Amino acid sequence: MSAEPVIQVRGLETRFGSHVIHQGVDLDVRRGEVLGLVGGSGTGKSVLLNTIIGLKRPDGGEIRVFGKPIHNASRAERHAIEQRWGVMFQGGALFSSLTVRENVQAVLREHIAMSQALMDELADLKIALSGLPPSARSKMPSELSGGMRKRAGIARALALDPEILFLDEPTAGLDPIGASEFDELILELKESLGLTVFMVTHDLDSLHAICDRVAVLADRKVVEVAPIPELLRSTHPWIIEYFQGPRGRAASAKGG
Amino acid sequence: MAVQTGLDVRVEAGRTIVTPRGDWTATNVPAFDAQMRAIEKDATPGRVAIDLSQLGRIDTSGAYVISRVLSMDGAPQAPDALIGDHHVARQLIELVYGKVTPTAPEPPPGPGVLVTLDRAGRALHSAWIALLTTLGFLGETMAAGVRGLGRPDRIRWAPVFHVMEQAGLNALPIVATLSFFVGAVVAYIGANILSQFGADVFAVELVVIAVLREFSVVITAILLAGRSDSAFTAQIGSMRMQQEIDAMRVIGLDPIEALVLPRVLACVVMTPLLVFGSMMMGIFGGMVVLWSSLDISPGYFIVRMRDLPIQHFWVGMVKAPVFALVIAVIGCRHGLEVGGDVESLGNRVTASVVQSIFAVIVIDAIFAMIYMELNI
Ligand SMILES: Nc1ncnc2c1ncn2[C@@H]1O[C@H](COP(=O)(O)OP(=O)(O)OP(=O)(O)O)[C@@H](O)[C@H]1O
Ligand SMILES: [Mg+2]
Repeated sequence: MSAEPVIQVRGLETRFGSHVIHQGVDLDVRRGEVLGLVGGSGTGKSVLLNTIIGLKRPDGGEIRVFGKPIHNASRAERHAIEQRWGVMFQGGALFSSLTVRENVQAVLREHIAMSQALMDELADLKIALSGLPPSARSKMPSELSGGMRKRAGIARALALDPEILFLDEPTAGLDPIGASEFDELILELKESLGLTVFMVTHDLDSLHAICDRVAVLADRKVVEVAPIPELLRSTHPWIIEYFQGPRGRAASAKGG
Repeated sequence: MAVQTGLDVRVEAGRTIVTPRGDWTATNVPAFDAQMRAIEKDATPGRVAIDLSQLGRIDTSGAYVISRVLSMDGAPQAPDALIGDHHVARQLIELVYGKVTPTAPEPPPGPGVLVTLDRAGRALHSAWIALLTTLGFLGETMAAGVRGLGRPDRIRWAPVFHVMEQAGLNALPIVATLSFFVGAVVAYIGANILSQFGADVFAVELVVIAVLREFSVVITAILLAGRSDSAFTAQIGSMRMQQEIDAMRVIGLDPIEALVLPRVLACVVMTPLLVFGSMMMGIFGGMVVLWSSLDISPGYFIVRMRDLPIQHFWVGMVKAPVFALVIAVIGCRHGLEVGGDVESLGNRVTASVVQSIFAVIVIDAIFAMIYMELNI
């Protein structure tokens, strides 16, 4: 594990008008780890993710991805970074006028020159890895179920074999079997590729199964980042309620 | 590992041994795609092995291209299929192996003539269906309107006034400007041609009758189709894409009553006013031109105009609410039929504008025939 974190957030501040979402957020994501981000609904998890990937400009503080200040990067630098990450949005955000296969190929085509045959095969590979049946390849996003749309979003995020994977609630809407298959896929890719995963999730089973550390967003900042066993000993009232509530206890009993 | 990315192939004791060197990642593998395909084709099935010892970094794309040559071998677990120690590569090759199954190829299209005939037939059929659906939708809207007349408190007045402002008042400047120019153009042509026969003064009649009977109402309708009809389709269509229409249905809100009726009502009320404005500006445009080019003073213009029967005004005005109804209904109907994707939204907006302009001109022709039979 290299010393420099792949994602470095320092003193981040974000607002919508006068509505302050984040104030003084500090967060490091280390190479090769799966970091889970939890927090109540509306605490700004999606906004934090969007800020890290450069979609929203921070109102203060700095964010570095691969050591580069993402919001002050040149076009070329940005393009290079975009090739090294994959993003899956909360709503899937598939291109609605393209088939699933074309959605995956849109990413490949933008970054790498290759023959159509290879592009078809690589797209089909990612679709299969994400757990979709071959019949889904030529479907339009509007013809997919909610869970299938999620998987298609994952397939697109995996298109370039990224080093960092950003996932916004990847298992929400998946059936429990699909959700554990997804956990396994992430673990497998993490182990073999050294993938770094930044994952917003409310899925306690997923947190227990695959997250190396969990960051807790509350009171406009990251109040704690630690492996789950350590979080279980935290004294923060929200964390206690989150992990010691009925669902939290059930999940931790299952997770060991 | 500082090994140059590359690919070696050698044949050893009847086996083809493929040795990928260096980094085999998504960015690098396309260069070796063709070569790997050739190896797959040439090698004896079941006699291919991969030497992993020279391999650097690898990802799923690289693993896929490598594993493809094994496709005839049964499985990567087959003894001796993989040579050398590369934990990650072995893991990934196992993960991706056999994941890509070929899709059935599309059936080839028939001969060209048949395809063309087929397309023409389908287009005709879908035009017929479009006409039927529009008529059906028109009926549904009228029924909702009649129901609404019985219960005026159920009509949603806030959106009605909003649309009256958007589609009506806000369109007035552009309608007025265009009508002014159309009136002016008609006057120029009339002045030019009629003066050749020494019949200059009839230019007044030409301008007034043309503007009142035809131009004002058609110009207004076409602008309404371009401005408001497209907006209706886009608004209702994007609501459909967000499942808002479904949500309305399940909570018992009738989309026709909530979305279509206010728009239709507002258009039917506002279009005659727009047409009136357009008539005034068209005549004004003609008046200005005749004054400057033929020296027909505004006073004389108005005197001659007042000698014309008032029916020309009504002939034009009667068409206004009909056009408005048809345009608003077509716009709303296409909005409600938008599918789940952006493409269909675009197609529907286009179709709705084209169909409503088409409808306006056809209905205008029908009106002309009726008026001719009635001698007005
Ligand atoms: N475009 C926007 N304009 C104004 N406010 C916004 C915008 N996007 C998000 N917000 C506000 O920012 C806050 C955080 O939103 P965010 O989507 O990050 O929540 P979240 O933590 O991801 O919640 P959830 O778990 O429900 O997805 C919310 O209070 C929301 O109202
Ligand atoms: Mg969110």
